[in-house]
Amino acid sequence: MTGLTHLQRLEAESIHIMREVVAEAERPVMLYSVGKDSAVMLHLARKAFYPARPPFPLLHVDTTWKFRDMYALRDRAAAEAGMELIVHKNPDAVAAGINPFDHGGRHTDMWKTEGLKQALKAGGYDVAFGGARRDEEKSRAKERIFSFRSTSQGWDPKAQRPELWNLYNARIHRGESIRVFPISNWTELDIWQYILAEGIEIVPLYFAAPRPTVERDGMLLMVDDERFRLHPGEVPVERSIRFRTLGCYPLTGAVESEAATLQDVIQEMLLTTTSERQGRAIDHDQAASMEKKKREGYF
Amino acid sequence: MTAYTPDALIAENIGAYLDAHAHKSMLRFITCGSVDDGKSTLIGRLLYDSKAIFEDQLSQLEADSKRLGTQGQNIDFALLVDGLAAEREQGITIDVAYRFFATDKRKFIVADTPGHEQYTRNMVTGASTADLAVILIDARKGVLTQTRRHSFLAHLIGIRQIVLAVNKMDLVGYDQARFDAIVADYADFAASIGIAAFTAIPLSGLSGANVATAAETMPWYRGPALLPHLESVPVDADRAATGPFRLPVQWVNRPDLDFRGFAGTIAAGRIAAGDPVRIVPSGKTTTVARIVTLDGDRDAAVAGEAVTLVLADEVDCSRGDVIAAADAPPQVANQFEATVVWLADTPLMPGRGYWLKMGTQTVGATVQPPAHVIDVNTQAQLSAKTLELNDIGVAEVYTDTPVVFAPYEDSHELGGFILIDRETNATVAAGLIHHALRRAQNVHWQSIDITREAHARQKGQSPRLLWFTGLSGSGKSTIANLVEKKLHALGRHSFLLDGDNIRHGLNRDLGFSDADRVENIRRVGEVARLMTDAGLIVLTAFISPFRAERDMVRALMPPGEFIEIFVDTALAAAEARDVKGLYAKARAGEIPHFTGISSPYEAPERPDVRIDTASESAEAAAERIVEHVLGVWSFEL
Repeated sequence: MTGLTHLQRLEAESIHIMREVVAEAERPVMLYSVGKDSAVMLHLARKAFYPARPPFPLLHVDTTWKFRDMYALRDRAAAEAGMELIVHKNPDAVAAGINPFDHGGRHTDMWKTEGLKQALKAGGYDVAFGGARRDEEKSRAKERIFSFRSTSQGWDPKAQRPELWNLYNARIHRGESIRVFPISNWTELDIWQYILAEGIEIVPLYFAAPRPTVERDGMLLMVDDERFRLHPGEVPVERSIRFRTLGCYPLTGAVESEAATLQDVIQEMLLTTTSERQGRAIDHDQAASMEKKKREGYF
Repeated sequence: MTAYTPDALIAENIGAYLDAHAHKSMLRFITCGSVDDGKSTLIGRLLYDSKAIFEDQLSQLEADSKRLGTQGQNIDFALLVDGLAAEREQGITIDVAYRFFATDKRKFIVADTPGHEQYTRNMVTGASTADLAVILIDARKGVLTQTRRHSFLAHLIGIRQIVLAVNKMDLVGYDQARFDAIVADYADFAASIGIAAFTAIPLSGLSGANVATAAETMPWYRGPALLPHLESVPVDADRAATGPFRLPVQWVNRPDLDFRGFAGTIAAGRIAAGDPVRIVPSGKTTTVARIVTLDGDRDAAVAGEAVTLVLADEVDCSRGDVIAAADAPPQVANQFEATVVWLADTPLMPGRGYWLKMGTQTVGATVQPPAHVIDVNTQAQLSAKTLELNDIGVAEVYTDTPVVFAPYEDSHELGGFILIDRETNATVAAGLIHHALRRAQNVHWQSIDITREAHARQKGQSPRLLWFTGLSGSGKSTIANLVEKKLHALGRHSFLLDGDNIRHGLNRDLGFSDADRVENIRRVGEVARLMTDAGLIVLTAFISPFRAERDMVRALMPPGEFIEIFVDTALAAAEARDVKGLYAKARAGEIPHFTGISSPYEAPERPDVRIDTASESAEAAAERIVEHVLGVWSFEL
């Protein structure tokens, strides 16, 4: 007797979780950030409900500062899945012209944390799927798959429900909500292997190509559009780069690389010696920063 | 210290490497032990030795170790594992954390649970998905009470692979005699609680001896090091592939009129297109026409896979049903004996209605007072009236609808359940079914020729239960009396069950504790239900302070027959009236558990009738209730 492989087990677990949500929730929504984890989550949703379309919309909490390639794939992926795509831009952040150059931490707070709360409230969603993984960061290692949020959408580590076997308690009062993480038990390598095995389309920025860059504060930033503010004396230089994670382009560090295919990227990832989130400026703020952000409602 | 050093094959032939890693299996295990046993250190060491730690994490760890660590200038691996800020400050892990690492052969998911006494809940949670348990022992201390507790819980939850990791061997000079003595001691205990086999490994998380590779310091040990052992033990989940087919239906996939598929995860066995199946509980049989996936139809599928089945015939089948091998269907029952592990701060209320979720079924359920609770340290059976946080008891569980089940030892998917509080929606307990009660299988409802409809027809009325609820002294009995007089005058057949009268007779054995109040209302509900079966209009006047019990009685009645009447009086007003002098006594501390004073009153959220006693006289209220009830009837008469 041959058992299932680890990817088969992970896939089945994720599909089980998504179906459980659809069976028990009133208004589920899938948060879609256009990154590789979102791509895998969307692919799993298509598998879970085939031949039906996934019976929930995709929600992109937009900061207006994502890479252009991300916007292109976002719209195409939603159309191919036949799913409604809801794009939310925090109107307060729009009005205040919040941007990563002038506003530092407020950029993330207003566009992402506040924007997400607004969008979930406006849609009346009781369950939101998110693509977080437990291996990303220490405080996420303790996160439940069904993560319970109070009416103010806060996360209290002590108020979480025990999860036994594959039984998930999705019962909530009106106004409360649940974030569900179907790929909690996947690691970065699992994600890449699955993308390779299933032929899932991901944003081309994950693959190396010559792109205009500047080096700033030890990070390699891509000049993706004319809004990028060059410091005096800074001149964009074309380098062969790729990205290990994707976010707002002025905040996302690239790595110099020649890895232009999926196998090359995986090879490079396995040979590299720094962890995935290092490219994101957001985590360096303070120790336990992710836990703090989660308590405030960031994913 | 060196961090991640990649496999040579990655650089030489990434294709071959990925191919090898695509065929890995997955093992989930739990580590049990306290901080003192070096558990976090061992896990940190496993992550480190399997190269799951990157350079930036290592440099962070080195900095943290100097600032917060307990190992002087050395790396404190425990810091890799202790996640939440609160825990770091206290130096303990307080919840279940999941860690991931992989070797060439396997992907591992580690559930790390704290060993502290009060956290039975966390260990049971972490163990529920584990194939294997690593029980840590400090070689200096040997088998302790907590070792017995962890072993008992791991065995209880059905883990068949036990590793006894005798840690800190470096601190006993890698002494074989010490190791042998501990193993002999543990073997006696393991046999006494039914653990058939275990693997004992002497190791040191701190030095790494026998963690990833065989230790030169312990040449007398011939068995495998921990990691090679974890790579080679059989995966429990594969066992489920044997045995008859079971698919709990999760969701009916109906995108259009031409397609009707049944989606779910296969709990046991194997299925192929053309196989005969039986829908349980209905018992209808058909065959599997297709196994549908996004990548095309499949010929067959096995336990653990999430699939969508199309059946050959149009049979009734919905979420909660189980599609099973036609010749070996699972059992169905509504009364069970089960082990119940209490996970909530609020204790079990025997007789109160909870939601029971098992597989994809969610039904109402009550738990009887436990037959006994088990002392997790000594495994002694003790008597108890209820279950409190971290208690493990054996009790009878009754469901209000029959459920499809299997004994937990045969199937975790069809024999493991959770209980959910109907008010707070919290997960309050985990349960493991032993077996159905014999009487549940053999006792059937006596079928009676004169039905409740016949009783009601003879009386020319529709039965109703008018349930008055409110504070003591709110005027429930007064208004109920007036309503009954009016109904009587109109020629209706009625009966009034009053709180005080019932307590003098039927319920004289009950006091006023929360548990007794629940039982009080349950009995009244059952009596009222029998009286409505006889065709009567029943009026009840009980404080009935808890929403859950009122809902339980509502659930006993056919839809629409339960009329909740909230006699709404401000506490100050009721206390001012104090007809029976009870509030004064309660304030003086002479009556414990007095509603409104020392016990809560949960007001109805959506009563069918609400009486505001400040603005409406008892007479007017009674008139309105009669009109409300007769108004509803006028459609039927």
